[in-house]
Amino acid sequence: MSTNKDDLDYETTGHEWDGIQEYNKPMPRWWLWTFYVTIVWAIGYSIAYPAWPLINGATAGVLGYSTRAEVAKDIAAVDAANAAINARLEEAELTAIAEEPELLTYANNAGAAVFRTWCAQCHGSGAAGAQAGGYPNLLDDDWLWGGDIAAIHETISYGIRNEENDNARYSEMPAFGRDELLEDEQIAQVVNYVMSLSGTPQDASMVEAGAEVFEAECAACHGEDGTGDRFQGAPNLTDAIWLYGGSYEDLTETVVNSRFGVMPAWEGRLSEAQIRAVATYVHGLGGGEDAPAE
Amino acid sequence: MASDKPPMPATATGVGERPRRKSLLDRHKIIETNATLLLILSFLVVTIGGLVQIVPLFYLDNTIEKVEGMRPYTPLELTGRDIYVREGCYTCHSQMIRPMRDEVERYGHYSLAAESMYDHPFQWGSKRTGPDLARVGGRYSDDWHVDHFRDPQSVVPESVMPKYDQLERTLIDGRHVGDLVSTHAFLGTPYSDEMIASARADFAAQADPESDYDGLLERYGETVNVRNFDGAPGVSEADALIAYMQMLGTLVDFSTFTPDASR
Repeated sequence: MSTNKDDLDYETTGHEWDGIQEYNKPMPRWWLWTFYVTIVWAIGYSIAYPAWPLINGATAGVLGYSTRAEVAKDIAAVDAANAAINARLEEAELTAIAEEPELLTYANNAGAAVFRTWCAQCHGSGAAGAQAGGYPNLLDDDWLWGGDIAAIHETISYGIRNEENDNARYSEMPAFGRDELLEDEQIAQVVNYVMSLSGTPQDASMVEAGAEVFEAECAACHGEDGTGDRFQGAPNLTDAIWLYGGSYEDLTETVVNSRFGVMPAWEGRLSEAQIRAVATYVHGLGGGEDAPAE
Repeated sequence: MASDKPPMPATATGVGERPRRKSLLDRHKIIETNATLLLILSFLVVTIGGLVQIVPLFYLDNTIEKVEGMRPYTPLELTGRDIYVREGCYTCHSQMIRPMRDEVERYGHYSLAAESMYDHPFQWGSKRTGPDLARVGGRYSDDWHVDHFRDPQSVVPESVMPKYDQLERTLIDGRHVGDLVSTHAFLGTPYSDEMIASARADFAAQADPESDYDGLLERYGETVNVRNFDGAPGVSEADALIAYMQMLGTLVDFSTFTPDASR
């Protein structure tokens, strides 16, 4: 075994166990002093910040720091910075937001952030929904409950068919097959009729009979011409846009068991300014409609 | 060996040169040469350090905050919670919103200690591959949860969550739910004897809006969700897990809660 000559000359601590001696190699001074400084720092820290547990509580620290106060302060600071423009947003007529460029820019940016946080899980990060999965596309001009900004604002505020908000939009299509409101044959007929409204039925010979079933059972909500009724959230059946799929099987399933989605209410979770911002954002995605004439 | 070099006195401490007087500190050789003594003294130091940190948490008022609205989990929710633990959801999802602005803005009010008071064991977690779930209740529809457990990418294409489509196919009859509830009662959750006795009935009633669930609401409160969570007949594991998801973080009414800044 080779031995470094320097090592041979090095002084030892005098400790010896079983013939093994310990070199006297103290910690570097810079390290030692850093260590001492951390000890001093810790003492100062425990005086400045909440630290030592006592009988009835812990020392509060001379700086009066509290995580809760800190987060409240952070939130208040951002709220204060946006207070003026949020107040404008809350006071503005919904239809007037788009006319003020500064307000519109703010609402679109804030709304996009709200959308990505709270809405994207169902409607997709690009707002295209999950077509045929029951999550509506917000980019197109097909709206179940109305596409002007007031209608969008109402939908976001109260939600759809949820149990938590009394103002939630509500309607339910009957389960025509499960609850035996229609015979299987009648369902096949009406499905063919509905398919004929926007394209090609599976069995053209059933369309005529289906039209009669439709007029008796479906027209009250979906309209005699099948263009739907936004007041009841009844979809337009003539536009070839299908929330749950437009195949013969999908439509049969819809008529037999009925389908309807649920949307949570955001009133209470989001501030009015946030709801208005995201309504503006959704309205501006492409399908937004002008307010209906008075 | 450097044996011709005069060895230093045995009292040296290894930190450079020191005065050669016999002080208390120099007696550390006694500890260093007695392994058992070293072990006992180390244990003593660690014990004192641990006690100082842990014991105050059990008696200090400002760590135990009372909040209104907390109730024990219903039998169905408790079953869902067991499924949550079984599937290891906590390895990717936390249930702990920290008091920071970004978390509060994204997830809702920061979590309070009292909100985990009936959790045995707590599910705070330490890893967020997925989002925090402390306030996921009511945030999505039941249908969304069904679709999402079946195939997470069908609703969130960017997600890396695995599929849990077996949950909705696995029917459960709650035959052991009474034992589960009484175990939690043993651990300190205030379940009454009546709650334990009716656990199985409550388990089935919560997933069936056609049933007589008045007893369930009487025992656990009016705000309990009674729905066919998975939309399919029978009580499946998905029913239980969604019942649990939909109540997470919804018990405390934060419109009436005033945080005490000293906590």
